[in-house]
Amino acid sequence: METLNYRFEHGRRQLAAMPQLVGVVSSGNLEVLIEAAPLNGACEIEIRTAANGFGATWQAVMSDFHERWQLIDARICINDMGATPAVVSLRLDQAAETMTGGLP
Amino acid sequence: MSSYLECNARERIARVFDTRSFEEFLPPAARVVSPHLAQLDAPVSFDDGVIVGRGLLNGQVVFGAAQEGGFMGGAVGEVHGAKLAGMLQRAVAERAHAVLLLLESGGVRLHEANAGLIAVSEVMRAILEVRAAGIPVVVLIGGSNGCFGGMGIAARCANTIVMSEEGRLAMSGPEVIETAHGVEEFDSRDRALVWRTTGGKHRYLLGDCQMLVADNTDAFRLAALDAIAATQGHAALTLADLEAEHLMLATRLRDFGAAAEPMDIWKTMGIPDPAAIPMLEAHDFTERVQPFRKGAH
Repeated sequence: METLNYRFEHGRRQLAAMPQLVGVVSSGNLEVLIEAAPLNGACEIEIRTAANGFGATWQAVMSDFHERWQLIDARICINDMGATPAVVSLRLDQAAETMTGGLP
Repeated sequence: MSSYLECNARERIARVFDTRSFEEFLPPAARVVSPHLAQLDAPVSFDDGVIVGRGLLNGQVVFGAAQEGGFMGGAVGEVHGAKLAGMLQRAVAERAHAVLLLLESGGVRLHEANAGLIAVSEVMRAILEVRAAGIPVVVLIGGSNGCFGGMGIAARCANTIVMSEEGRLAMSGPEVIETAHGVEEFDSRDRALVWRTTGGKHRYLLGDCQMLVADNTDAFRLAALDAIAATQGHAALTLADLEAEHLMLATRLRDFGAAAEPMDIWKTMGIPDPAAIPMLEAHDFTERVQPFRKGAH
């Protein structure tokens, strides 16, 4: 297992108060827990993944996600079981949609 | 209306209970995860693969749980089992109208060994305590992982089991039987044989499940409502119930003990055209076999 942490600044989109969970921790899949949290305007993402050594790929996928959604005061925690970057992006979009009620 | 089989545990809860009525105990944000999996450096899930809580079913307060088959095959670990047992005990304390268990599990989570085994036994005891308090317990089985091992036994502790033909219920799973007794005894890769043996239709014919429905969430919801209504007032397990069950099992063993496969049993039961059984829709199936099935009251 590997744990990765990312922090993004200068978001503007607020989240709903009620935390949401999307996805399932199964092979090639992941779960995303998304919550509003007072983080001085940041969006923090913590990833625990079963696939070691993919830090650069995660960094790219998370940066793209933040560029699309610009979340503010948001905590996102991921349990991953080897999901591909495309699946990760879709799950993150699904999580953000349930919390903002909109599209990026 | 959507396929129960295709839904995950959270989607099933949302569709079976009244819309937006379900309040989850220990939700994912509480992060009560398995300590054992972390020690083994294995992935954890924020809900440990089970959702427990309290919601409304046609306006009545019904407690419930749904196991997530996608996470480790719905296997029961220490936290997972404690969530189930705790929910069941709270259902008694708060005088629930009924308890609904949406089961999908391979049984005990072997990574957690004895802790998982103890957890399953606590779930069984808790189910019987709910019934002893006069509260009906209804089990729904329609996920792709079926309901096996300790959770197969736990399911049979309930008042009523509702299955779809896609659902499966048994003690040992197909691979376990093949490993222990050889491929001549049971070919776990013969899917038709596996479903004939453990699938909803055979369980319904043998009297192990009481209701067989089509694979959709509305059908499961309506069956759960019917099952609860039919059980209100006599949910407790009595000595007479147990004796009737044992008699049924003895009769089954006497009549079908020599049969090599389920189709032989259906023939012996006198069901016309048993070869057509696997292809029938749920409604046509239940109508055709009603006079022949075991365990019908």
